[in-house]
Amino acid sequence: MSRIQRRAVLAAAAGAATFGAAPARRARAQANTIKIGVMNDQSGPYRDIGGPNGVILAQIAAQEFGNNRGFNVEVVSADHQNRPDVGANIARQWYDQGVDMILDVPTSSVGLAVNSVAREKNKVYINVGAATADLTGPQCSPNTAHWVYDTYMLAKSTGGAMVRAGGDSWFFITADYAFGHALERDTSTFVRSNGGRVMGSVRYPFPATSDFSAFLVQAQASRAKVIGFANAGADTINCIKQAAEFGITRRGTKLAALLMFIADVHALGLESAQGLVMTESFYWDLDDRTRAFSRRVQPRLNNRAMPNMVTAGNYSGTLHYLKAVADMGVAASKASGIETMNRMKRLPVEDEAFGRGTLREDGRMLIPSYLFEVKTPAESRGPWDYLKLLQTTPADEAWRPLSEGNCPLIRS
Amino acid sequence: MDEIFGIPAPLLFGQLLLGLINGAFYALLSLGLAVIFGMLNVINFAHGAQFMMGAFAAWMLLEYAGLNYWWALLLAPLLVGAFGVILERTMIARLYKLDHLYGLLLTFGLGLIIEGVFRNQYGSSGLPYRIPPQLSGAWDLGFMFMPVYRGWVVAVAAVMCLATWLVIEKTKIGSYLRASTENAALVQAFGINVPRLMTLTYGAGVALAAFAGVLAAPIYSVNPQMGSNLIIIVFAVVVIGGMGSILGSVITGFGLGIIEGLTKVFYPEASSTVIFVVMAIVLLARPAGLFGRA
Repeated sequence: MSRIQRRAVLAAAAGAATFGAAPARRARAQANTIKIGVMNDQSGPYRDIGGPNGVILAQIAAQEFGNNRGFNVEVVSADHQNRPDVGANIARQWYDQGVDMILDVPTSSVGLAVNSVAREKNKVYINVGAATADLTGPQCSPNTAHWVYDTYMLAKSTGGAMVRAGGDSWFFITADYAFGHALERDTSTFVRSNGGRVMGSVRYPFPATSDFSAFLVQAQASRAKVIGFANAGADTINCIKQAAEFGITRRGTKLAALLMFIADVHALGLESAQGLVMTESFYWDLDDRTRAFSRRVQPRLNNRAMPNMVTAGNYSGTLHYLKAVADMGVAASKASGIETMNRMKRLPVEDEAFGRGTLREDGRMLIPSYLFEVKTPAESRGPWDYLKLLQTTPADEAWRPLSEGNCPLIRS
Repeated sequence: MDEIFGIPAPLLFGQLLLGLINGAFYALLSLGLAVIFGMLNVINFAHGAQFMMGAFAAWMLLEYAGLNYWWALLLAPLLVGAFGVILERTMIARLYKLDHLYGLLLTFGLGLIIEGVFRNQYGSSGLPYRIPPQLSGAWDLGFMFMPVYRGWVVAVAAVMCLATWLVIEKTKIGSYLRASTENAALVQAFGINVPRLMTLTYGAGVALAAFAGVLAAPIYSVNPQMGSNLIIIVFAVVVIGGMGSILGSVITGFGLGIIEGLTKVFYPEASSTVIFVVMAIVLLARPAGLFGRA
């Protein structure tokens, strides 16, 4: 192959990596229309967590809220490809073109990037999909609400339960970006404050890693009792699969999947996932209310997936935002994101998916968190019947106390 | 306990072995790419998607037809290879006379489309596929716990690489192939059906990718992105080994697996970058790649 041809090949290969950035759908401002932009991963590893179904649930909320309250609601969507630069660009473009509220934004690095754009433009930002507790901590903003979960709540519930069950020495396998770091940090804090020890950790490149055996072997060599996976999605699935392959659980080491969604259990299969503990703030089969909600929306979702914590959060966040807009008027809400957010904090949160909640001063939504154990194949009655409730942490205990968050908005 | 560079020796041996296993996947995938490039001069960017199709085919055979892993190992490469043959006949064959870039763009697009279709149908979080019962369990090697399945992967990959090399270098059909790469018109003049040869070569390269996909299904999450995670690394392997060189891609595949494995011990954050650093150095020192002919 001649030199010039090879150069073309390499250039094209490099181009391929940056290719595929779909332009955000155009959104033009209209005086009497509230525009909601759902931004999430539509094509990568976190697609099943929010993705198209997250958009559909925001649309369902908008439809149920109705257009007969003096204004129209329109939902647009975009794919941020898990890249902070892409996410920040879409956010800037959307807000400039009349989008009033941006919703979802999983992947903590992107979630934090959009956070600063929303503040700069004085618009509303409801983060549902990202995990980092920094959104209501050092990086908190008067324009931002963090809706259904965060790294602190996961660490307290899953991490706390593991330590209480005797898992007092930990080794972390951590995705090397904002989310993994925050989850490792918050869990380590819990482990140490409960008298446990952290034996070590490895940080692996995200999202380019699919073989975790090297890290699992290192974790095992540390002789820690618990291996904590500070990652999500396909990475967690690969970790659990490969841990089973290397006989790690059979030798008594416990696995802590610090962030796991029901879609991940579905992907692993109960055979491999049984016995794992995980924390969520929503499960479709929690009570009559969540069952009614889930059965109602499920037929409209892709692949007939059950709503999960994040997609249901998109529903809940949209509904609460629209209530605040209706309460204060479209013009006033379009004029100031901070004022809209303040109104959202004053109104009680209530919907079918999550029941009652309150939106705290720092933007943290307060709802109970639930610790689940994955059922055995024998216990499950069919698809999506995967979890049994172990423990409920009430809303006032589940989240990081206001005083510990270092949020600049809070005067202590 | 003995230590090497501050790492306990048993741990280091374990990591070398794991690196070798990953290298087996790189070798198998880059082998298919090298065969296709060497014979057809097409840079097959759909290779990652075809690897993924192999894994999905294994899952589908089990789910819809009840055929186990061993059947999948045989049938999935045939099915996906046949799909490759159709692609070659209907689209790729039209681009042989044009610049490489056209083939690259076409296969890149095809790869994106295939991935998108699977993502729409099956979502992104993947599907469960279990290790066959005959290969489950593990050997205790003293310095580490070695899953039987991983040993199987290395052995099968090595045999497959050797077989491919033998077919191309030592058989009659291999000699036709090599000859038609040099001068297609002349080989055609001897009465050999060159276009059919090309089609079969592409099909075989795709089948190799699918074979690797079946091998990967029990280890990795079977999901639509599984190929795109690997494909860029595999391209680097092919470039380092020397484009189109079969021996080069096999040796480089195993070698880079080991280098990557060691990086995972000493500086895990760089484990996805190290291969590209090696690539840059090799291209500066030997622009044709380690085993390539300039």
